[in-house]
Amino acid sequence: MELKTKVYAEDGQQELRIEREFDLPTSLVFKAHTEPELIEQWMGNKVLKFEAKNHGSWIFETKNPEGVVLFRANGVLLNIKENESFVRTFEMENTGFPIQLEFFEFQKISETKSKLVMHIIYKSVEQRDQILKMPFAKGINMAHNRLEEIIKG
Amino acid sequence: MDLRRDVFQAIADPTRRAILLLVATQSMTAGAIASQFDTKRPTVSKHLQILTECELLKKEPNGREIYYHLNPNKMKEIANFIEPFQKLWDDRFNKLESVMKNYQKKN
Repeated sequence: MELKTKVYAEDGQQELRIEREFDLPTSLVFKAHTEPELIEQWMGNKVLKFEAKNHGSWIFETKNPEGVVLFRANGVLLNIKENESFVRTFEMENTGFPIQLEFFEFQKISETKSKLVMHIIYKSVEQRDQILKMPFAKGINMAHNRLEEIIKG
Repeated sequence: MDLRRDVFQAIADPTRRAILLLVATQSMTAGAIASQFDTKRPTVSKHLQILTECELLKKEPNGREIYYHLNPNKMKEIANFIEPFQKLWDDRFNKLESVMKNYQKKN
């Protein structure tokens, strides 16, 4: 089955573009990214903090059933334009990965369709490639952890 | 040594990527490959060694010469490396869509 999400990672560049079209208006996709209860529902992690304002900060966390933290990330939000775009920094704690810069753009296709473009800038080409390889690595990936929980559950 | 066998480490270098492009169309000897670059022969040999160690290139003796040719299976591994990442985001965004569809219905 073809994936709806496209990831563009040009060779030798320290950036990544992730694009996805949604069968939803831009306002709802924006909401899904800025309202803590909603973020929790689709990202599958706890939102410890999320201040949807300029210079506001955020913290996401995932624990396993034993209470061990599997994933924790934080950052600040910048240049928020409602239903249009925002910028955030992203730091994955306890991994040694440098902080990345993420540009989110919510593009309107029609009243009921929209497109999300995530443009991620890494510290170096090597860092980017390392991140891309991460889904191969065990344990660190929250979506996979969640998937495992559901399967095991 | 572990790093060297990592295909991703191998393709992080532009000269090595150029070598892969060169041999993609035809098997070549180390000499023929080196002649395509301004860099010194030992440098090219080193690159060939790294590419061979991580199995992107395979050596094949042909008479007195050794020919390097591309290992397409290993190349495929690289081509596929974005896939798990893409799949991950796809799963996540599918979830977003269903969560928000629900939300839309309720509001």
